[in-house]
Amino acid sequence: MSGSEVVIVGGGVTGLSAGWWLARSGVKVTVLDKFIVGWEASGRNGGGASHYSSPLFDEEQRLWLQMDDLLGYPTEHQKERILIAMTERQWEQYRFVAARHQRLNHPVEVLDVKQVQEMVPLAGDNCFGGVHYKFGGHANPQRSVQAYAWALQDLGGTIHQHSPVTGFETAGGKVTAVKTATATYGCDAVVVAAGPQIPQLMAQLGVDIPLAAARAEMIITEPAPMMPLGGVDGHKLYGRQTMRGNLAYGGGPHEWIDVDEVGPAARPSTSLARNLARRLAELLPKAAHLNVIRSWAGVVENSPDGRPIIDRLTSPDNVVVASMSGVGFGLSPASGHAIRDLVIDDKCSFADINILKLSRFAGLEADWRERRGWTALA
Amino acid sequence: MELNFTGTDICAVGGTRSPAEAHYDVVVVGAGPSGIAAALEAKQTGASVLLVDENPVSGALMGNDVPLYFGGRMTAATQNSERMLEAVFMSMPALEQAMEAGIELLLGTTAWGVYRNGPGMQSLPEQVVGLADAERSWLVGFGRIVLATGARDLALAFPGWNQPGVMGAAALQMLLTRYAAFDGHRVLILGSHDLALETALIAIEHGLEVAGLVEVRATPQGSAGLVAKLAAAGVSVHCNTAVASAQGGINGIEAATLSSGKTIACDTICTAVGLIPSIELVDAMHGPRELDAMRGGYVPVGEVTVSAVGLCAGLADSGFDHVEYRMDWVRAVAASSAPDTIICQCEEVTRADLLGVQPPNYLARPPAMCARSLETLLNDGPANQDQIKRLTRAGMGVCQGRRCRDQVAMLLALESGQPFAAIPLASHRAPVRPLPLKILADWNEPAQMEAAWDVWFGIPTQWVPVEDIGTPFEDEHRGMLYTGMYK
Repeated sequence: MSGSEVVIVGGGVTGLSAGWWLARSGVKVTVLDKFIVGWEASGRNGGGASHYSSPLFDEEQRLWLQMDDLLGYPTEHQKERILIAMTERQWEQYRFVAARHQRLNHPVEVLDVKQVQEMVPLAGDNCFGGVHYKFGGHANPQRSVQAYAWALQDLGGTIHQHSPVTGFETAGGKVTAVKTATATYGCDAVVVAAGPQIPQLMAQLGVDIPLAAARAEMIITEPAPMMPLGGVDGHKLYGRQTMRGNLAYGGGPHEWIDVDEVGPAARPSTSLARNLARRLAELLPKAAHLNVIRSWAGVVENSPDGRPIIDRLTSPDNVVVASMSGVGFGLSPASGHAIRDLVIDDKCSFADINILKLSRFAGLEADWRERRGWTALA
Repeated sequence: MELNFTGTDICAVGGTRSPAEAHYDVVVVGAGPSGIAAALEAKQTGASVLLVDENPVSGALMGNDVPLYFGGRMTAATQNSERMLEAVFMSMPALEQAMEAGIELLLGTTAWGVYRNGPGMQSLPEQVVGLADAERSWLVGFGRIVLATGARDLALAFPGWNQPGVMGAAALQMLLTRYAAFDGHRVLILGSHDLALETALIAIEHGLEVAGLVEVRATPQGSAGLVAKLAAAGVSVHCNTAVASAQGGINGIEAATLSSGKTIACDTICTAVGLIPSIELVDAMHGPRELDAMRGGYVPVGEVTVSAVGLCAGLADSGFDHVEYRMDWVRAVAASSAPDTIICQCEEVTRADLLGVQPPNYLARPPAMCARSLETLLNDGPANQDQIKRLTRAGMGVCQGRRCRDQVAMLLALESGQPFAAIPLASHRAPVRPLPLKILADWNEPAQMEAAWDVWFGIPTQWVPVEDIGTPFEDEHRGMLYTGMYK
C-alpha cells in the first residue's frame, strides 16, 4: 500500500500510533483531530502500560521498552509495577491475581510488608503486602502522545488539528473521502479512532458501534522523593510516581455522560478528589503531608464488555474502527501495530484479535446501556 | 457465566457523594472590604451568610506565595498564628460588624474549589464550595456565591528573581499594613503606574527606604499627583530601562542591575507592574470570564449564582491598558536577559526551554527533540498554553502557576507574534491552593462511596485474561474480583 493515502479520524493515542505505524510502512497518512492531539483521555490518564488481559499484551510489553528509540522522543516510560493491599480482602484478591499471573507465566513476586517498603518507601506498616509485577510499566501520557505525533510528522505524515470531521464520501462500497468543515481529504482507507465520538461518526456510514461515554477523575501531588519503583497501584487506585516525583492517581466511581459528535462539552472534576486523596493517603501514608496541586477529569468510552474494538468493516470495506474501551494509552504501541496490519494486510500479524471484532455484539440488545445502568444522569 | 443486568451500575457515582456539612443562602469568599460589604448586604435581605477568608495563611503557605507573591520577605512574626489572626481583625474592623450582624465568619479557611452540575456532570446533589482549614476539608452548599478574592501581582522573570527578596506590590502592602511583618529595609520598585507609586509611598510611610522606581517606558506612567509626591520625597524614577538582573547572597537580594547598566543596592525588588484579578475559583469551576485589558486581565462574567466583587471583578478602569503595559515589561525583561533565565521557578524551566518546547532536564533530548520548538509547534495550530505546559512543565509546580502563568502566556504571545488575548491561559484546577492529602481527604465519606469504589469501571468482563475467556477461570476471576456488579 506504499504511496496510498490513509486518513485517521482522531488524534488520540490510538489514532496517532496507527498513523505512525502506517507511515513507517510508507503510507501517506493524514490525521484529523477536532482540537489538539491527545487533548482528551489520551493525555489525561494514569499512564499504565500493563494490559495482561489483552491479546495485545505481548506486543505491548515488547514495544514499550523501545518506544523512546523508535519514536525519537522521550515518553518517560518506566518499567514494572507493584500492587499494594491495604485490606484483608484486597490482599486476598491481589494474591489471586498473582497466582493467575504465575499460571500464565507472567513474572510476579508476592512481597511482605518490609519488601514492599523497600521498593515503595512511602508505603507504611498499614499494608498487608504487595505483588511485584516484573513486567508492565508506565509512561507520561501527554509526552507520549506528542511523541507519536512528532514521529508521525517526521515520517512525512500530516496532522490537522482544529479539524473536526463532519462526514464521509462513499463510492463502490468504500469511503473515498473524509470531510471537515473546510476541506475534503481523499483516501484509500480510513481509520476511525475518535473515542467517544465513534458512534456518531460511524452512524453516518450506517454502522452501529456500541460505545458509552463516561467521565473519570484523577489527582496529583507535589513531587515526592523518587522511589525505587514508581508504578505503584493498590487500594483500588491506579497511578504512578512521575519521573519528576509527583504522585498521579485515579480510581473510584465514574459518571456516565452523553457525548455528541463534537465531543465532550466539558470535563469537570468533582469533590471525588477528596475520596481519591483519602485512599492515596492510606496507600502511601508517608506521603500524606504532600500537597495535592491539581485534579482533573477525562472522558472515556466503553464497549459493552469493556474490551477493545479493533475491526475492519466489511461495508464499507476500507474502514478500520478502533476503540480501546477506556484503556488505550498503554496498549497504544500494539494497537497501532494491529490497526496498521488490518489496514494494509486485513489481518493482524502478531496476535489473534478476533475477540476484538464487532461481530461479538451481533445479538446485543438495543437497550444495552439501560440494562447496564450506563446512562447519563438527568 | 451469564451476566444478569439490573439496570443499575453500582460503580457509577450516583448516590455516593458526601453531603455538604452545612448550607448557606450566600457564601462570600474573601473578607476584604468588598467581601464584607457583600456579606452585610446579603445579610440585610435576611439570607444566611457564610464569609470565609484564607488569611491568615500559615507561614509555610506564605513561603509558597499563597495567596500573594511574598517572595520570602516575611519576618518570623508570620509563624505566630495567634498574632496573625489578631492582625487580621485589627486591620479589618468591619469584621466585628459582620459578626455582630449575624454573619458566620471563618478566617484561616480556604475556598479551594466550587462544584456544580453542568455539561459533563449531573451527579452533584447540590452546588458546593470546598473549604479547608489547617485541620481538615469539608463541603458547604450554597444558593449564591460571591467571590471577593482580590488580585495578586504579576511576577517577572529576570536573572536572580528566584531569590528571597523579589516580591509583589500587593504582598509588600499586606506585610506592611496588615501584619507589620516585612523583613526588608531598602526596596527597589519595578513599575511607575499608580500601583507602583502608591506602594512606594506606603513603603516610605512605614519607614522603608525606597531605592528608586524602574520604568520600561519613557516617562512615569501613573497620575501626576502621585508622581509629584514621590519626587517630593526624593525618590527617582529610572525611565527607559528594565531590570536586567538581581544579585544576592545568603539572605537574598543585595542589588539590582538595570538594563541601562546602573546597579542599585537594595534588599528587596518589588514588582509593581500589574495586579491580576484572582479568578482561580471561577476558572476551576469553568465559569465564564473575559479579557478586559483596562481592568487588569481576565475577569469573571457574572452569573445568576456566581458573582465577583472588588479587585477580583477587575481593577478600576482608568483608561490604562494594563495588558499592553505588562507586555512591554515582559518584552523588555526578556530582551535584557539570557535565554537560560529561569521562567518557572518550581520546575526550573528556562525561557529557552519554554520557547523551545523542550522537556525537563531529567529527560533525554535526542536530535529530533532538539529540532522541535514553539515555531514548529505553531505549524500544527495556534499556541495553547496548557499543551505547552504539559510538554515543558512550565506552570506545573507546587505554586500552581501563581508565579509564572501570566508571564508564560505573555512570552508565548510575543514569540508567536500574537496578541495576549490569542493565547488561551493555562487552566486553573481545584484545589486552587496546595492542600495536603490528609487535609483534602474525606475521612467521613458515606459507606456508599466505598461500596461503589472500583479501581476502574467495575466491568467484570474487562480484565479477564484473553486466555481464560470461556474457561472455568473466567467465573473464578469474576467471583473473586467483582462482588456486586451484574451478579
